[in-house]
Amino acid sequence: MPSNAIDNATLLSIYKRAALIKANDERARKVILSGQIAMVYYSYRGQEIIPSVMGEILRDDDTLCTIYRGIHDMIGKGFPLRELWAELAGRRTGSCKGKGGPMHLTYPPRGIMVTTGIVGSSAPIANGLAWAARLDQSDRVSICTFGDGASNIGAIHEAMNLASVWKLPTIFVCQNNLFAEHTTFEKMTAGGNIAGRAAGYAMPGVRVNGNDPAEMYLAFSEAVARARAGEGPTLLECMTFRFFGHTFGDDDSYMPKEQKSAAMAADPVPALRARLIADRIATEDELASFEAEIEAQIDDAVAFALESPWPEPDDLRFDVFEKEIAA
Amino acid sequence: MSATATAPVAKKPTVTILAALAKAYQDIFSEDPKAITLGEDLADPEGGGIAKITKGLSTKFGDERVRSTPISEQAIMGAAIGASLAGYRPIAEIMLMNFTTVAMDMIVNHAAKLRFMSGGQTSVPIVIRTMTGLGFGSGGQHCDYLEAWFAHTPGIKVCAASTPEDAYGLLRAAYEDPDPVILIENLPTYFAPMSFELPDAGHRVPLGKAAIQREGTDVTVVTYARMAVNARAAADALAGEGISVEVVDLRTIAPWDRETVLASARKTGRVLVAHEAVKQHGVGAEIAAVINEELFGQLKKPVKRVGGAFSAVPYSKPLENAYAPDADVLASAIRDLLR
Repeated sequence: MPSNAIDNATLLSIYKRAALIKANDERARKVILSGQIAMVYYSYRGQEIIPSVMGEILRDDDTLCTIYRGIHDMIGKGFPLRELWAELAGRRTGSCKGKGGPMHLTYPPRGIMVTTGIVGSSAPIANGLAWAARLDQSDRVSICTFGDGASNIGAIHEAMNLASVWKLPTIFVCQNNLFAEHTTFEKMTAGGNIAGRAAGYAMPGVRVNGNDPAEMYLAFSEAVARARAGEGPTLLECMTFRFFGHTFGDDDSYMPKEQKSAAMAADPVPALRARLIADRIATEDELASFEAEIEAQIDDAVAFALESPWPEPDDLRFDVFEKEIAA
Repeated sequence: MSATATAPVAKKPTVTILAALAKAYQDIFSEDPKAITLGEDLADPEGGGIAKITKGLSTKFGDERVRSTPISEQAIMGAAIGASLAGYRPIAEIMLMNFTTVAMDMIVNHAAKLRFMSGGQTSVPIVIRTMTGLGFGSGGQHCDYLEAWFAHTPGIKVCAASTPEDAYGLLRAAYEDPDPVILIENLPTYFAPMSFELPDAGHRVPLGKAAIQREGTDVTVVTYARMAVNARAAADALAGEGISVEVVDLRTIAPWDRETVLASARKTGRVLVAHEAVKQHGVGAEIAAVINEELFGQLKKPVKRVGGAFSAVPYSKPLENAYAPDADVLASAIRDLLR
């Protein structure tokens, strides 16, 4: 697929999202290492292009069900940074009042409906949002993201079958980063690819280079167009690579060093940046100035989070049910 | 004094729990365009459900709102949760309670927790209807009472009816509740005529409110579902022996009506807690513990519990009969409390 298949303005916009997503991950790791925020963190570094493209194409009313390694998906969909960081810090000003944390971030105004910590569980719920879209006679689409590890859990298969027999506007976005927790994709996934499984559910299954903006853009646009037109679900297998271990800080010796260093040398975000400059889509000064703005936004969000109040123990009584319950 | 002692017995009752549930569906779907339902076999081409509760519904309200599903409990529950997040009011049928085990992740990790984990930004107003109960010789995987698992889960309410009026009123109230509710229905008592008239469309049973189904002064029986039917029979039989039994049907198992239970326990001083579910670690243990915490020293006897045996539900009839208390077993447990 030719890389010039998308226009320059779109490519620049994709880069801006990717740069923000990348910078946010870098800051998260820094903040954890500095001890300012203690959290279990699943770095998505290396997977930025996929959600940047999705965010470029999706509307606010399109819904997203994502997973614990999903902050990149959420920023791509427009999660505001202050509410995000305050939630990571467990503060009352977080989007979930500190009750959800990094694995359960939620922000309905941008369609970010569910973040699950259970592998594969984004998919069955996404079908319900898709069913509701059709009941509403809306052309909005329902996205679920998951990893290659989730392709082997039953919930995904139940959901793909239901989406197909009900012809739902669900888009199954598998981000194949080649590792399911600590285990390699080849070792535990039969058949060599995930996209091929779509054939068994009579839906299109497409494997794309998720790190290539143009390829990703074309494949995702096509899936969205199909869903909006009422033509049913699509399974996209977006090939990518996770630069760090399953959990940030784990012993990632299970990741072959050569594979990791090759992937990091091909880092898709700086690659896109270099291309924007080489193709004269943006200048070094323009990008540097944008990147400085991003850092300032993140500075502001982190400061807001750290200055925000903690929840009170009494907050446990609220949001269990709509009405308060006895402690 | 029995609450029904003065009721005229001019004719035999004709209304079943089944008919009451079917009417509840009709009324809900007529009144609320946001009502949708899904489950195995429940649309008309598949027969309107194994108990025919939803028969006619898909023809009348359309097959987009009334959907048969694959045998995929996780997909069923997930679709219900997702649709509820977008403002619909799904009633999801998980045919038999044992099949909820296949969908536990969706129910326990998602339906029950999304409101809290999102800090109240989202909610999951769904009803899960499920049938169960021993009596059909279906053995160990088709008739368990698993209410304690759900009662132990913050964020989901658990109900069970033992009369047609309550079945109707609980389904209507569960449907209108802003949070997930699991409604446990007793399959073997579905078909028994118990009432004279179907409830009218305005009838509701508020969640969290127990019913005193027999008033009495000697012993309180706290119970629900099929065991409330047995407890009423035991109370009626013991009235002939001069024993006055108060039957409290919880109707909502979680959150349960502590006020009504404690008032009755205070009055009689003797409490039997009865359920069909396995006695050990069951709902009865929670109720007994709270009565003890609140009324220690005011009771005439320690709270007594009866329930299902600590085994899988057996197949063979004599074993199945011995598995959970019938009215006779309840009557002797009540007599024990008076010794």
